[in-house]
Order: sequence, then structure tokens, then C-alpha cells
Amino acid sequence: MPAVRIKDHWREQRLFDQRSVVCAAIMAVATVGLIVRLFVLQVARHEYYAELSQGNRVRNEPIPAARGLILDRHGEVIAGNQPAYQLELVPEEVPEMHQTLTRLVQLDLIRAEDVDELERTIDSSRRFDSVPIRLRMSDEDVARFAVRRFEFPGLDIKTRQTRWYPNAELAVHALGYVGAISEQDLKHIDRAAYAGTSLIGKLGVESAYEHELHGSNGFREVLVNASGRSVERQGAFVPNLRTRAPGAGEDLLLSIDLKVQRTAEAALAGHRGAVVALDPNNGDVIALVSLPGFDPTMFGRGITASEYGVLQSDIDHPLFNRALRGTYPPGSTVKPVIALAGLTYHVVDPQAHRYCAGAFHLPGSSRVFHEYHNEHHGSVDLDDAIARSCDIYFYGLADVLGVDRIATFMAPFGFGSGTGIDISGEKPGILPSRQWKAKAFSRPADQVWFPGETVNFGIGQGYLTVTPLQLAHYASIIATRGKIWRPRLVAAYRDPRSGQIRRVPAVSGGEVTGIAPEDWQRVVHGMIGVTTRGTAAASGAHAAYTFAGKTGTAQVFSVAQNEKYNAKLISERLRDHSWFIAFAPADEPRIALAVLQENGGAGASAAAPIARKVLDAYLLGADGKLKPQT
Amino acid sequence: MMYEEVTSGSRTRRTLSGAASVLFELKIDGPLVVGLALIAAFGLVVLYSASGQSTATVVRTALRLLLGTIAMLLLARVNPNFLRRSTPWMYALGCLLLLIVVAIGHVGMGAQRWLNFGLFRFQPSELMKLAVPMMCAWYLHERPLPPGWTSLALLSVLILLPVGLVAIQPDLGTAALIAIAGTLVIILAGLRARVMVAFVALAAVGAWFGWSFMHDYQRKRVLMFLNPQADPLGAGYHIIQSQIAIGSGGVFGKGWMNGSQAQLEFLPERSTDFIFAVIGEEFGLLGLLLLLLLYMFVVGRAIYLATQTQDTFARLLAGSLALTFFVYVFINAGMVTGLLPVVGVPLPLVSYGGSSVVTLLAGFGILMALYSRRKLIGS
Repeated sequence: MPAVRIKDHWREQRLFDQRSVVCAAIMAVATVGLIVRLFVLQVARHEYYAELSQGNRVRNEPIPAARGLILDRHGEVIAGNQPAYQLELVPEEVPEMHQTLTRLVQLDLIRAEDVDELERTIDSSRRFDSVPIRLRMSDEDVARFAVRRFEFPGLDIKTRQTRWYPNAELAVHALGYVGAISEQDLKHIDRAAYAGTSLIGKLGVESAYEHELHGSNGFREVLVNASGRSVERQGAFVPNLRTRAPGAGEDLLLSIDLKVQRTAEAALAGHRGAVVALDPNNGDVIALVSLPGFDPTMFGRGITASEYGVLQSDIDHPLFNRALRGTYPPGSTVKPVIALAGLTYHVVDPQAHRYCAGAFHLPGSSRVFHEYHNEHHGSVDLDDAIARSCDIYFYGLADVLGVDRIATFMAPFGFGSGTGIDISGEKPGILPSRQWKAKAFSRPADQVWFPGETVNFGIGQGYLTVTPLQLAHYASIIATRGKIWRPRLVAAYRDPRSGQIRRVPAVSGGEVTGIAPEDWQRVVHGMIGVTTRGTAAASGAHAAYTFAGKTGTAQVFSVAQNEKYNAKLISERLRDHSWFIAFAPADEPRIALAVLQENGGAGASAAAPIARKVLDAYLLGADGKLKPQT
Repeated sequence: MMYEEVTSGSRTRRTLSGAASVLFELKIDGPLVVGLALIAAFGLVVLYSASGQSTATVVRTALRLLLGTIAMLLLARVNPNFLRRSTPWMYALGCLLLLIVVAIGHVGMGAQRWLNFGLFRFQPSELMKLAVPMMCAWYLHERPLPPGWTSLALLSVLILLPVGLVAIQPDLGTAALIAIAGTLVIILAGLRARVMVAFVALAAVGAWFGWSFMHDYQRKRVLMFLNPQADPLGAGYHIIQSQIAIGSGGVFGKGWMNGSQAQLEFLPERSTDFIFAVIGEEFGLLGLLLLLLLYMFVVGRAIYLATQTQDTFARLLAGSLALTFFVYVFINAGMVTGLLPVVGVPLPLVSYGGSSVVTLLAGFGILMALYSRRKLIGS
């Protein structure tokens, strides 16, 4: 029988009291633990948490700096900034995204083909961040949206600074453009410096001087709540928030003269080609034309895939910068430097006459080299050979000089190497030599240099290729009798606030040495002959100044040994490229240039008249007389 | 009238004596009421800031406090013997209401904690916070202590039935609190140490078992407690943000209504479960120490009152109510500071919302009733 337990009140009271004491002790320990924890959080790690809390509540909102302006040498704006209306959308405030976008398509505010792309962009943005969905709205677009605004919660029209090119296509290949920052760009820019801007310079001056143009971002500290939305107050208080004004980018003063640039573009209009005009005394780029061009504005406002496709697939390649990247055989424009080589190496007597019967027989070979258009120049000396561009004379001269001497002599004139112009992308062209050929070809049979190739070299055909920029550079070296200046587009910086101008010193590229002054003079005389009595006499007629030039015709299409070139019979695209180089005034040069017209035929007929117009535009005053030297 | 009317002495003395006699008439314990009032007042001040300067919230809370005070005053006047006799009925009613809630919840799909009586909504689990310890104390009242195995088995059933019903609502926080309130009665009754060890072992097994029945969000809370940094934007967000709030408050705090974590809503549930962090941020360590001091005073006074009662029912119930109050405070503070997992336990008398304020004050009313009639019982 189990023991019956009887309730013992005193014992139970004591037991309860003991338990109460134990519980109180446990509670005390727990409380101390809690206080220790509070001490850790609020005293020991206070700094850490205070920082986290500050990071929580304050967001740095970048204020993009105004991009520097780009001006021509007379201060005319080539690239500026313009406020533009754009349609922006806050994802979280739009109830029906797809429906909204569809409706915008119906209103012709966005394009149907862009909807997918836009949806992707919207999905990858933060819900409360404003996403631009249509840039550069016209006044009409703005009005069309404004009357229906009530239908579109979460959409608003904002004003943003956008790049503005008042002259559209003018000088686009020198300027470049600004476009959306690409994955590629992100690799080499400081992301923080580009917060708040979606655009970056691409190509040309816009890209090369990106750092100067961009300026420095300002910022505004914004109080944000937990969802990242900016708020004005924090509870009952408005905290002290800092702001730093942005530092506007520097303005760039280009060496380009827009008047000359316009003249050159107008003269070349309707053709493919390039014009590069330099100041031979300091390397200033007076004009840099590559046609066709494109309107850089469309990249800034966001080019559509279809627009880009049109540019890409255009048979005339408007995106291609012919002036810097187009490489062509220089044709007869190399004759002055070949002549200089002949004189310097004393392999030619300038007074000696040779007889030109329209054909050259390479000694020790059965090959026959013909005169262009099968002309017969008769008896020619060096001066005549340059002025009338006698191929036979230079075939012989090149053969005597040999490839090694020609290549060595031409290198200091910038053949085969970049000019060092201050924008990127220029091609070096090819200055062929025995070594070059050995490297350039893989088949041993092709690696051997043939004497016939030297003969072609002498009239600028064959492997030798140059860019229009290189030829202009070469013309300017002859103009200054050997002085080399690195071409540059940016002549000065201007502080946007003070207006203070900081000149960029011209960079010397050294000098071509070892050529006797009288030899320079002989060749220049021959080149003056080109424009007075030679191949380009028509273009040189009635000039208010004397100018030296040289025509060139680059073969696109190889004419077989026994065939004759007939421009009328072959397609326009296979016709010869037309070259002309010149500098003026001949004895005191202020401008040197190269003109290329693709498939323009002979240099004298297409390129030379363009060059004359450019020279006139630069050198003549309103009265049609030579402007005094400044 | 137990006391002589004081007719002489200073004016202050007369006022104090007058107040004492009023309190006695009301069966109210002065120090306890002062402690509770200070906590509630502090709570209202904090709540104004934590709710984003919402006067409506403060007024609603004040009204609930008033309702709770009325419940406290009424219950303080109830005869403990009547209270004890009606305990089984109250318990049975509570269980019935819980069953109804579960049934409705089942039909309505999803979490269901309320019974809607049109005019007001009633949470039966709140009733069980009081009914379960009362039932346990009632059961042990006439039995010899410490309780034997049979008693323990029966008590377990009495506790686990309502706990289970609340847990499947699902409201794990309240279920845990009810279980704790009941268990505390048994412990105070003198549960032997070795039995406690056995129960802890059993609980470990139960925890493993319970894990397999938990909802995903409940499991997440446990996991997040173990490693809050693992998912800073998801489940761990609450704890990280509350620690930032408390830590950034420092010793003196950022000032009333100037806590950026709270005011800019980085701190979730700032006016309810996480209001402790708001105090830490705006009033600093000093504010929290003051609050803890007030709580300790209330708990200490309540335990003292419990030890002064003279029958088993009163002692066990009063002791359990006092200790449960501490448990509320500790669980809430522990969860907000990252010492304990996040369970939905409000900070007593300070957190906004729920009927817990009324239940708490009602519990203190019962405690005062038990204390004030100590001499009438068992004599």
C-alpha cells in the first residue's frame, strides 16, 4: 500500500520560497547577460553600428557635371549641351508595365521593336529608380504625352542635359560622338565618376579628351528610407546633409577651322573620300573630313538597332573614318619623296633629261611598265617629271635607288608609321621593304622582293599604302622642308568658369635631316610646276598665291599586262582613287593638305579641284586676296 | 474599515494616508501600480515616436491600457476562492474557443488567431495565458507537493492541449509563453531537479520532432537566429536592422523621434515587436537600463507579493504570473538584441497592438487579489 502523502503547508511554503529565490537568481543572471549584450552593442561596437546606420539612411546622389564644349578655332560651337526632354518611368509606380508600354507604342512615343529591350532594362533597375525610356522627345511628343499624362501613373517627363551637335554631320570623324557607356568602357573607367551619366565619348576628340570634357561629378546626400526612396525628414528632424557642386568639364578649342571644314565637305559632297588639312608650322589640324559621315546626335539620344544596322550595312561605310583608317596606295604623290631620295643619294642629275616613250623595260626582265593612260612625255628632266608626273622617269629612278634605300629614306616622312595625332584609331599604313615582305607573307616564294616591285614602288603603287592623314602630314613635312609636327586637333583648353584659355604647345616630331636645301627647292619647284604647267594646271589657274601640289592616282583594279585601263568600261567602284597633296603658299606655307576621292579617277580631275577650294577657303580673305600672315 | 481614519499630522501625510486607504479599498498594491504606470507611460512616449508620430496609435494604446486597468481593478476585487473555483470552467471555455478558432481557420485557409464578435475581436490564446497557470495551480492546490508522476502526467496534458491548439494556429510565440506559464507553476510547486533534467532531455527530442512539423517561415526564423548574416535582405533583415538600431544609439541615444533606423523604417515592426530597438536607438543604453530597472522592480515586487500569499493556489499562480512577466521581457529583449530567435513576443506594456496589454494587466489584477486577501484565506 503506497504511503499516503499529507499536505504539509509549512514545508510547501519553504519549498516555494526556495524556488522563488532560485528563480530570482536566474532572472538576475539573465538580466546581467542582457545588459552585457547591450553594452557590447551600444558601447563596444557603437562606432560600427553607427556607421552602418549612417550608410542606411544617407545615399549619395551624383550630380553629373556639364560636359565641356567643343569649339572650332574661331570659337564656333561644334559640340554643346542642350536640355532635352525625356520620358522616364518609375517601375514601382506603374501598375501594368506591359500594358503601359503597349499604350506608349500606340501613341508613337516608343517603338514597338524596343519594347522587349525596355522591359529588360526596367526589370534590371531598382523599383524606385527612374528609368529613361524615351530620350530626346520633340515638343510635339511632349505635348502628345502631356495631355494623356493621367493615363500613365509613374511616368514623367524630365529634362536632362544631352550632347548636341549643331552642325550635325560636320566634322563628325574628327569629333567622334558620345554614346551609351558600354561593357567595354566600364572596364577602364572609374564607375563612381560616371554615376549619374549614361554617356561617354566614343571615337575622335570626344573620346580622346574624355577626361578633360567629363569634369568631376558633384554629389548630393539624400536621406532615404528603408525602401530607398528619398525623404525630407527623419522623424521630427531634418538632418544636416552635404552637397558638393560638380566641376564642369573643360571646353576644348580645336584647331579646326569650320569654314574650311565646311568648304572641304561641300567640295567632296556626294563622294566617298577624305580631306586632311594641316598647319605645317605647328601640326594644327585645319580640316579633317571623311565622307560620308553620320549624325553623331543619334548615338547620344540612343541609337536604335535598326538605325545602327543601316549605318553598318551602308555600302559607303559612313562609320568608317577614311581620313585616319582608310589605307590606299598613294600613287604618284610619292614622287616628290622619291625625287628627294634620288637627289640625296646622288643617283640622279636634276638637269639630265630622259626620254619618255610611254614604256619602261626593266633591265634583265621581260616585264614592261607603262605610262598612265599611255602618255608620251618625250624628253623630261626631274622638274618636268614631277610636274607632269612622268612614270617612266620614276620607274628608272626607283630601279636605280633600290627598295632598301627608298624605304629607309621614306620612313622619316611618316610612311609606315602613325602620325601621332591626338585622337586614336589611325592606321600606320604599309611602308614595304625586303624585311617587311619576308614577314608579311607566309609562302617562301612570296617572301622574296622582286625588282619589278621596286619599280612600282617608285610611282606609289603596289604594297605601299597610306592614310589621307599620313599624306597630309607628308605634304606638311615637304612644305616646311623637313620640320615634323605632330598633328593635333585640340589647340587649347578653356576654363568654363573663368574663360581662361590654356594653349596646348605644339609637339615637335623632330626633323628630316640630311637633305640639301637646294634639293628641297628643286622638288618644291617641281611641285609648283604641277599646279602651273603640269597635271593640275587647271586647278592652279588664277590662284592668288603660288602653291605646290602633286596629283596621284591609286589603282584599285590591277590592269593586266596587255590591257588598257578604261574608266568608262569598268564599274565605278573599281575605278582608280584620286589623290592630291598640296601646300600653300609654296615659299611660306600656311597650310598643307591631302585630298582623297575614292574611285574619283585621275588625281588631277577629281581631287585637285577640291584641294584648290580648300586652300582658297583658308588663305583668301573676303576680298579674294591672300590674307596677311597672322 | 481596517484602518483608523487619520485626522492629524501634516497635509502631505494626510494625503498619503488617504491614498493608502483608497488603494486598500481597491485591493491595489501601490508600488506595483506605480511601476506598471511608469512603464506604460514610458511606452506611450516611445510609441509616439516609433509609430511615426501617430497620435491615433498612441490614443488606441492608451485606450487599451485603460481597458486593462479596468480589468485589473475589477479582478483585484474578486475573491480568490471564487477565482479558484471558477478556474476549471474558464479553462474549459478557453479550450473550446481555441477549438473554434482552429476550426474557422481550417475553413478560412491560413493563419487564424481571432474570434470576431462584431464589436471587438477576441484572441482566445490570450485567455489561455492566464487560464493555463490557473488550471495548473488549481490542480496542485489540494495535492501534496512536490507533485508525483501521476500529477505531472496529468499537468502535462492540461498544458499541452491548449499549447498544441495555439501552435497549430500557428502562433508559436504565444504557444511557448503559455507552456512556460504552466511549466513555471509546476517548477514553483517544487518539481524535483532530476525530473527537470529528464524533461530537458525530452524537450531536446521534442525539438527535433517539432522541427519536422514546422512551417517554412518558422524554420527560417530558427536558422536565421543561428546565422542572421546569411540572408541579410531576407529572414535575417529584422535582426540585423534591430542590432544596428540599438548599437547606433550608443550610450545616450539619438534623441526622441530622431532615430534614423526607426524613423526611416529600416527597422521593421518598429512599433510592435521591435520597439525595444527604438528605445535603444533613441534613448541609448541609459534608456534601456531605465526600462529594465522598471521591469525588474515590477517583477521583484510581484515575486515578493507571491511569497506573502498563504495558500498553494495563490502562491503558485502569483509566482507564475510574476515569472512569466519576466520571461516576456527577456524573450523580447533577447530576440531584438540577437540573443534569442525571432518569435513574435511583444515587449510587455510597451509594444503596440494585440490584447496582450489587457491580459497582462488582468494578470496583475489577479495577483493583487491573491495578495490582498492573504489574511482571509486559510485562517
